[in-house]
Amino acid sequence: MNIVIIDYGSGNLRSAANAFERAALELGLTSKISVTSSPEDVASADRIVLPGVGAFADCKAGLEAVPDLVDALTDVVITKARPFLGICVGMQLMADKGHEHVETSGFGWISGAVTALSPSQDAGPGGAGPRIPHMGWNRLNMNHAHPVLDGLGEDPFFYFVHSYHLACENEQQLHATVNYGQAVTAAVGRDNMFGTQFHPEKSQSLGLKLITNFLQWSP
Amino acid sequence: MLTVRIIPCLDVKGGRVVKGVNFVDLRDAGDPVEQAKIYDSAGADELCFLDITASHENRDTFYDVVARTAEQCFMPVTVGGGVRTVEDIRKLLLAGADKVSINTAAVTRPEFVREAAEKFGSQCIVVAVDPKSVSAGKYEIFTHGGRTATGIDALEWVELMGAYGAGEILLTSMDRDGTRDGYDISLTRAVADRVNIPVIASGGVGTLDHMVDGVREGHATAVLAASIFHFGGYSVGEAKAYLAAAGLPVRPVEPASSEAA
Repeated sequence: MNIVIIDYGSGNLRSAANAFERAALELGLTSKISVTSSPEDVASADRIVLPGVGAFADCKAGLEAVPDLVDALTDVVITKARPFLGICVGMQLMADKGHEHVETSGFGWISGAVTALSPSQDAGPGGAGPRIPHMGWNRLNMNHAHPVLDGLGEDPFFYFVHSYHLACENEQQLHATVNYGQAVTAAVGRDNMFGTQFHPEKSQSLGLKLITNFLQWSP
Repeated sequence: MLTVRIIPCLDVKGGRVVKGVNFVDLRDAGDPVEQAKIYDSAGADELCFLDITASHENRDTFYDVVARTAEQCFMPVTVGGGVRTVEDIRKLLLAGADKVSINTAAVTRPEFVREAAEKFGSQCIVVAVDPKSVSAGKYEIFTHGGRTATGIDALEWVELMGAYGAGEILLTSMDRDGTRDGYDISLTRAVADRVNIPVIASGGVGTLDHMVDGVREGHATAVLAASIFHFGGYSVGEAKAYLAAAGLPVRPVEPASSEAA
């Protein structure tokens, strides 16, 4: 299996690569995990992972700065329908558009826009009011069952760090939320694509479980 | 609901842990990666490595520690100590750190925090502040382990750092650090109520009640501790159980990611 983690200058991808290597090892998969910005590699991938940290507009600009990369991504995800996982801003890019600092168009794969979190006053664990970024471990509330979210047990806690979220307009595409003084979108998906606002590569054993689910997923 | 993060902190000097858990079954108790794996399996929510190497000569050793930890522990890692330039931050992030803590360099040149946040994103920029009480209800920022006064008011400082793009404040009371008398609650609360970014309470924790107080009374979103875990006879799991019994939200202890394979 040829797994591609797309590198477009958005932060360190070593953690993500390490976690996917560990998950593949546990499954006994003979897989090649590449961290790459090459459109050829992306177009020929069996599974595609799009990470992302920082601002929505910067990430979009970073992707577009690599010639033919967005076209290759669209081809492999939409035309070839290969399994896709977006993480954090990589997930937010699946939206119609983002509103972080400036309005920027996304891929338009998931209905909705990326908007600033506006938690209510009682959001903090110490009762000290909402704090942005939403940073730390929060428990998923499952909305629709999905193979990628399978077998996560009674307490599916994952690690989040973000200030914006994808306000999903299609309830069928919203798979999980967390409560942070508001319902925060945690996981979205449709067809062969899935996205998590949280970081599975930083979420210890449950994160590895989710990654193994993704590697085994046959949409 | 967002849970209270419990963050063990390891002091690293020349690539070796200075203060750490003294477990007999450790192959090498001085190896930061071995210590990190213990805290990973104990259910720590995040790890903090502080490089206290005096010179920059051994810096590569520290990058190696961060990289080897990131290869084996799939959890958030914050690193700090001697972070002075954008290049320092880049190297630490490339080694596998998730967040980098800036202390003295922010005092020397506050714009550095703004530049770092713009370049790497607020989510990975932690500003460490070390205040000391100078008169009733008044706290001043100190550097060099509490030895050097700066004349900067702590509350004005944290507000400025938030405005400059810090994603989090790591607050260590210089009056309490090393005392085991508990966090400075009035300081913690004043800082936490002044900013709308997460605040990590640090310095002085000696009992599990101190952790509860840091969150409930001090309004901290996370608690950092070193000696209570290394020598104090408490495990992360016990701390979590205690906080949970006190009605604070915590994440249950999961099996270690470093032992999953």
